[in-house]
Amino acid sequence: MSMNPTLETNETYMYQFERVKKSARMKSFIKGMLFLFPSILLFSVFVFYPMFKTIYLSFYLTDAKGSTTVFVGLENYLNMFTNPIFLQSIKNTFLFVFYTVPPTVLISLFLAILANENLRGIGLFRTIYSSTIGISVAAASVFWLYLFNPTMGLLNKFLEAFGGEPVGWLTDPAWALLSVSVTTIWMNIGFTFLILLGGLQSIDRSLYESAEVEGSGYFYKLRRITIPMLSPTLFFVITVSMINSFQTFGQIDILTQGGPANETSLIVYSIYREAFVNYQFGSASAQAVVLFILILVMTVIQFKLGERRVHYQ
Amino acid sequence: MILSTGQKLLFYVLLIISALLLAGPAIMAIVMSFMTNQDILTGSLPTKFTIENYIAAFNGFPLTEYLFNSFIVSFVIMLGQLILSSLAAYAFVFIEFKGRDLLFYLFIATMMVPFEASIIPNFHLIRDLDWIDTYPGLTIPFFATAFGTFLLRQNFKGIPKELREASQIIGMGDFKFFLTVVLPVSRTSLVTLGIYGFLTAWNMYLWPLLATTNDTVRTVQIGLKQLQTQEQLNEWGVIMAGAVIVIIPTLILLFLGQKKLQKGLTEGAVK
Repeated sequence: MSMNPTLETNETYMYQFERVKKSARMKSFIKGMLFLFPSILLFSVFVFYPMFKTIYLSFYLTDAKGSTTVFVGLENYLNMFTNPIFLQSIKNTFLFVFYTVPPTVLISLFLAILANENLRGIGLFRTIYSSTIGISVAAASVFWLYLFNPTMGLLNKFLEAFGGEPVGWLTDPAWALLSVSVTTIWMNIGFTFLILLGGLQSIDRSLYESAEVEGSGYFYKLRRITIPMLSPTLFFVITVSMINSFQTFGQIDILTQGGPANETSLIVYSIYREAFVNYQFGSASAQAVVLFILILVMTVIQFKLGERRVHYQ
Repeated sequence: MILSTGQKLLFYVLLIISALLLAGPAIMAIVMSFMTNQDILTGSLPTKFTIENYIAAFNGFPLTEYLFNSFIVSFVIMLGQLILSSLAAYAFVFIEFKGRDLLFYLFIATMMVPFEASIIPNFHLIRDLDWIDTYPGLTIPFFATAFGTFLLRQNFKGIPKELREASQIIGMGDFKFFLTVVLPVSRTSLVTLGIYGFLTAWNMYLWPLLATTNDTVRTVQIGLKQLQTQEQLNEWGVIMAGAVIVIIPTLILLFLGQKKLQKGLTEGAVK
């Protein structure tokens, strides 16, 4: 009987302790949410809600203001995949990725390897090579619009000086997409270069030193040390460049407006035209869903393969 | 690697050729912006130096207003991103609570939604809020960023947990610790994110094109597009002057912050 009071006090203590713990947990939950609230609110309004709304709209016809009028089920999707203009823009987008990503990465890799040498004045070269990050899509497009100009442009002047025929860089269907790609490659080199240079600089110097002791040559070291050690970074810039290429808009709007004959109409440009020129928000949303899926697949690949690389190192 | 003189020479030749090729279009634009229209049309080398093109660009066009708008928009986006991502990063590092991991995945998920794919509802939203042709419409949708949050989170993780424990003993609350300890310690990352945010905001194209219909808040990128479409009379000197003005602020920022940016982008990107 004399044990009872102590037991009771113990229980009260335990109870009190649990309660304090619980309220502390509640407190830190509220605190955490307060710190995260602004971001969560804006993400909900400008990312998640628009994403679901896009999917919703893709099943409807809309009026010019964007209000839904008729539920059409999958019709927008079915029409889309029989629409030659949309199919062309999908084909163009993949071609564009193929024309821009490999050259961007290879040229940037070449530049990063050059700029990774410890030479006097190398800082200046690094600055020049990364400088296209600072050049906006509008400015870059204007530069190249002049270069591509059929009569006054520098490119055709060079061709003529060497006795060649002038080329309609942006008006000839055979050249237009390539010309837009060249502009894009030039614009994207800065970012890709900077990331690859960072990757090169983080490679352990001692690897090279031991290779040098064995008397290995420059290209052997490049092939056996630099490229394998750089592979995670290379992988990263390849996926990011692909995602960027899928999202291309500005250079198309300024250089070609999708022409000639839709040869340079890429998916984002096609969405833009369908929505904000033709006011077909339903079918434009269906196209946006396709873009969303394309990017989702790219991101998932990046995360999955990016994770695996952690195990290797 | 130790290079012989011959190898060094080879490297310099390659470095210089690449630099000239890469900087070529920008150098050409700068040179053209100081050339007379006569020289440009005849395709001769510059015979006369002139600033007429710049005067024409500023006089015939509301470039000053566009520049001012771009500064406001970029600065506000930069500030908004710094505030929101530092707050979020703090919660992810220093506050333990149920559901934190889930929220972290939610942040990751936002990276999978390209803005271009959700542009239609976003446009309707801004229109219904009456935010077309206003600064809020141009800036607020870009305040929350997963990239910025991850970048700062990476940095905050390097702050010793003991520091937080010590501050708790003297009774310092989370917000005060955040303001007086975490932010000052992370200055470098904040500057990096700030430069990055300003650069990307300054260079935005699609959204300002949709969200502005007149000159009141129009940014300089869209202004440049207008300059180019209105000056179809082959006034290339004026157009180039406009383009040079557009890239100067970002190039300066880039030259000042190149090292930081490289470090920040690589860290935020690869981790």
